Amino acid sequence: MSRLAQALAPVLLIAVLLAAWEIACRTLAVPSYFLPTPSAIAAALATDWAGLLHSAWNTLSMALLALIAASLIAQAVALLVGLSPILERAVAPLAVVLQVTPVVAIAPLVLIWAGLDHASRAIVGLAAVVAFFPIFSGAVTGLKAADPDLERLFDLYGASRLQRLTRLRLPSTVPYLLEGHKVAAGLAVIGAVVAEFVAGSGGAQGLAWRILEAGNRLQTAKMFAALVVLGALGAVLHAVLEAAEKAGLRWWRGR
Amino acid sequence: MSTAALRNVEVDYPRGRALGPFSLTLEAGEIVALVGPSGCGKSTAMRLLAGLEAPSRGEVARTPGRGETAVVFQAPTLAPWLTARGNAALPLELAGVARRQAAAQADAALARVGLAGAEGARPAQLSGGMAMRVSLARALVTAPKLLLLDEPFAALDEITRRALADDVLSLWADSRPAIVFVTHNVEEAVYMASRVVVMTTGPGRIAGEVAVEGPLPRPGGFRTTERFRAQVEAVSALLVEGMAP
Repeated sequence: MSRLAQALAPVLLIAVLLAAWEIACRTLAVPSYFLPTPSAIAAALATDWAGLLHSAWNTLSMALLALIAASLIAQAVALLVGLSPILERAVAPLAVVLQVTPVVAIAPLVLIWAGLDHASRAIVGLAAVVAFFPIFSGAVTGLKAADPDLERLFDLYGASRLQRLTRLRLPSTVPYLLEGHKVAAGLAVIGAVVAEFVAGSGGAQGLAWRILEAGNRLQTAKMFAALVVLGALGAVLHAVLEAAEKAGLRWWRGR
Repeated sequence: MSTAALRNVEVDYPRGRALGPFSLTLEAGEIVALVGPSGCGKSTAMRLLAGLEAPSRGEVARTPGRGETAVVFQAPTLAPWLTARGNAALPLELAGVARRQAAAQADAALARVGLAGAEGARPAQLSGGMAMRVSLARALVTAPKLLLLDEPFAALDEITRRALADDVLSLWADSRPAIVFVTHNVEEAVYMASRVVVMTTGPGRIAGEVAVEGPLPRPGGFRTTERFRAQVEAVSALLVEGMAP
């Protein structure tokens, strides 16, 4: 299969699906509040373009803030835990409980703590909670994942604990951290969107707010437009993170 | 003068005895090959000699001190984030040698194993044979008195294996450390060693010993001589004997 065909195949499938959707909506006379035609969604996208981009930036910037906060905290905690097996024992059940509790369920609580006037703080906080775990568990795993024969070599040459940490364990963690950040960034966006939904229309004006607003007014085409932007944001973010992880790994192992 | 010795050592693991009773004395500068079936405790014996493990019973005598003993594992075991130079300099840097001096000594060790010019390469950019040479340079960089080679060529192709075997022997001729060489390969054992110690199935004991005649490093065509064939046969016979229940 040629590269051109490979690249065109998904585009073609989407075009066929959109055409079928358009034709079905028109011939069956589906009401637009129930399911708008792709052309109506495109029109909504075109008129609302600037507002949607602004909202996308809103959601993305909160997710990125959350990612930075989560990254700093997760790595610091992982380092402490990685240095002390007893601390790891102590933290493990707490970490699991926090991880398995759905973010939607704790969102109202965090919203109260952040203050209803500061919905964006709550959103950043919630997104950070979701982004914390992939980085934390990646770091903890990575700190213990050094090549056992290299560990033996450090024993053989009488390495100190500090040497073992800085010259073996920390460098060994890099691939796990890269992977953790990639997963965490995607989750941070999901966390931010979920938190926006819980914050409701009084919250920060991100993409989820757009969807809620349009939904309240039965402007279904606008809802779809916001969804399209959200999907595109996710896809672009995923591609950027994949590239970043690859580049990071290339730097780490020199090819 | 002996460099290291295991005296009646036994090693017990929770799932049973892994080694012994086993004794081995290494004279300074001699090359001993340890041959035995899988799971006979060859690697355990190596860890005892390296001081990485203590025996359950018996006595281990070894030269103390950092860098007196070096180990080359079955895999090159290089840090992927360090260059060849960084990997070879690691033992010196861990001992507190200044970075620049460690790098210079590492470069010299890399040159000795035929890797001059590859100092800046990362392990991922090296072939299996070259990575093994970096591992060898790292072991030689502290000028050890005892060099432990734990099946170092097992993952390499036959041609690379043979080239490396000759290189190890000529490196040995420079500084004459005592070498313990663990292998599955009887021919390789006879080729590399002045003494082949054959172990029984686990828990490993000594099945017998064959002294290998002939000059070290080996002259060309050594593998085709009558004497070499006869000694390979003698070691093989001991192996079979040691594997009988």
